[in-house]
Amino acid sequence: MSFPWANEYKPNHPFMQWMDEKLPIPRLVYNAVGAGYPVPRNLNYFWNFGFLALICLTIQIVTGIVMAMHYAANTAVAFDTIEQTVRDVNWGWAMRYAHANGASAFFVVIYIHIFRGLYYGSYKAPREMVWLLGVVIFLLMMATAFMGYVLPWGQMSFWGAKVITGLFGAIPFVGEPLQQWLLGGFAPDNAALNRFFSLHYLLPFVIVGVVVLHIWALHIPGSSNPTGVEVKSESDTVPFYPYFIAKDGWAVGAFALLFSIAVFYFPNALGHPDNYIPANPMSTPAHIVPEWYFWPFYAILRAFTQDFFIIPAKLMGVLAMFGAILVWFFLPWLDRSPVRSSNYRPAYKKFFWFGLIPTMAVLFYCGGAPAEEPYVMLSQLAALYYFAHFLIVLPVVSAIEKPLPLPYSITESVLGHDEGSHLRPAHGATEAVHPETAPGHTA
Amino acid sequence: MARILSILVGLFFTVALAWSFGLGFYTWATEPAAETAEHEFHRHPKEVHFASDGAFGKFDKQQLQRGFQVYKEVCSACHSLSHVAFRDLEQLGYSEGQVKAIAAGFQVPGTDQTTGEANSRPGMPTDYFPKPFANDIAARAANNNAVPPDLSLMTKARHDGPAYVYSLLTGYQAQPAELLKKFPDAKTPSGLHYNPYFANLNLAMAPPLTGEGQVEYGAGNPRPTVDQMAKDVSAFLIWTAEPKLEKRKQTGLAVCLFLLFATVLGYMSYRNIWAGKKH
Ligand code: HEM
Repeated sequence: MSFPWANEYKPNHPFMQWMDEKLPIPRLVYNAVGAGYPVPRNLNYFWNFGFLALICLTIQIVTGIVMAMHYAANTAVAFDTIEQTVRDVNWGWAMRYAHANGASAFFVVIYIHIFRGLYYGSYKAPREMVWLLGVVIFLLMMATAFMGYVLPWGQMSFWGAKVITGLFGAIPFVGEPLQQWLLGGFAPDNAALNRFFSLHYLLPFVIVGVVVLHIWALHIPGSSNPTGVEVKSESDTVPFYPYFIAKDGWAVGAFALLFSIAVFYFPNALGHPDNYIPANPMSTPAHIVPEWYFWPFYAILRAFTQDFFIIPAKLMGVLAMFGAILVWFFLPWLDRSPVRSSNYRPAYKKFFWFGLIPTMAVLFYCGGAPAEEPYVMLSQLAALYYFAHFLIVLPVVSAIEKPLPLPYSITESVLGHDEGSHLRPAHGATEAVHPETAPGHTA
Repeated sequence: MARILSILVGLFFTVALAWSFGLGFYTWATEPAAETAEHEFHRHPKEVHFASDGAFGKFDKQQLQRGFQVYKEVCSACHSLSHVAFRDLEQLGYSEGQVKAIAAGFQVPGTDQTTGEANSRPGMPTDYFPKPFANDIAARAANNNAVPPDLSLMTKARHDGPAYVYSLLTGYQAQPAELLKKFPDAKTPSGLHYNPYFANLNLAMAPPLTGEGQVEYGAGNPRPTVDQMAKDVSAFLIWTAEPKLEKRKQTGLAVCLFLLFATVLGYMSYRNIWAGKKH
């Protein structure tokens, strides 16, 4: 679907006309990322991160496929094959560093992308499906990154795998058999390494599939925007090509520059030195920590230090760690405020900036710190707010908060006036989050 | 309904966390954490600089050769260097002939060509540095029950690796009297050696660099003091851990300059396309 004023694809060249009849891929591209896709004119730079995520996914797949050509998933040689790739394969070092830092870059981009969605209420109707698919992508990314980190079979690979798969052991009754079944043994070993490699190669393509659905679902209502007011007329939008191709294009340049500085000048800054030591099941590292992008959830896992009634602390931690992400699935229904953008939600905006963001910062910090005081107490307080934020604050605030008046339209917010604004609804300036009421909408 | 359920689930997690926090806080407030000798006496690596540092850093080949000499004459008695092949030494400025001679000076595992039995033969440039011990058990037996780690990746396998190696080699000292006074149980066990740069303060490796002139540097080189030898071998281990370091930094410069140019062009075309379009 698109807006009625979207440009229509008109092939000129006979070949393109022929193609359009047989397999209209050019038409698809034109309507998806070309002049045929109208986009709100007022998107800010936070809306560039979806495109950047696509770039990251591509970098990971390309560098990963090249690395796989030189890698052997066997505990006896895995570590050495990575070193040989780095030392003896032409540009092997560049592939390895780009892939390892590419994972970090991907998560930086995705965290910004997700928190953009949280701040601007992009998860609300009519974009719930976009959001739900996004959470699925995030879970798949975490699984992929976790298994990828095991492949070099260094100390952190092994011990990280051992700790994380050990979490399954916390599940009552079925936990231990499940853990052994997942690993193909009692501890991570060759069987586990092989299946992790197999899945690490598979899941990125599953992600590609879900990304296609994500963008498809987004293109039905079209992008939201910083005001959260739905598109009403042609003057609210500009065609994706050339406007957003140009904007995404230069953002990709800036991203690639920052990424290259990391890859070429600080390639090991985000890695753990212990992973340059080959895996040794007989020697436990002093501090077992996952990669930085897991830290908030690792902090939540470790925050549960006491049994809670009949529930053992470890099980509580596992429930909370998964729960911390699963709660995102319910946001579209927990947040009943008719206003999307936090710019017009004075109360929620405060909880976002002074509650959620500092909480995430503390969780990030404590997840990477040793399990000692004061880090444990800090993560307990932060985790407490994390759950309270999504499960208590958000539903309650959205019910009682009085939002600020919204602009009539995107055009009005940009230009200060809109010819159509006499159509403004009589009472109040808030519009419902239901798309049917938006005049520009056709299904 | 959804909201009530959500608040109940929220309370479940927050109350459990408050419970964990409360008990943790009580323990923390009433039972001060035990102090440990490691915590109080462990030191971060010293500040030290290498030619390969920085965005434009390059290896000082003369220094790498000296460092290699230290590795060969001192460290290689106990430590392997298994990711490095003799052919790689050409990158330190040795000629093909010199590399051949160096390789031939090492005995590597081989096979007797008539009987098929295992034996040893002189190394060739394609061989990797041989391991000093047949296996970990032999290594332990010879080293007070500790296995000397492989050194190829050492400077990347520790925080602040190059400075760490340098500090460790120059950091041996007598155990401080205050430490013994405060933690009488932490006395360095016999067979171990006190070194504040080592994570648990006591290390199985005896001080390997013992005095000036232990290794003889050729004419035109600095005096082989312990400090100098430690620096040189650390520099050498930067190279063994990251032989592509120079190429990486040079490539990075070209890539970043190109991207800077491309990004500026991209930004200008963005401004151009959006000119007159308020947003
Ligand atoms: C491989 C990972 C992902 C890719 C390639 C991707 C791609 C995109 C793209 C291209 C857009 C449109 C441009 C933009 O708004 O930035 C978008 C929008 C969106 N994405 Fe993602 N995404 C990914 C992951 C996620 C995740 C993990 C979430 C949330 C958990 C998410 C939630 C959203 C939402 C809500 C929108 C609509 C934003 C709006 O219109 O206001 N995405 N995504």
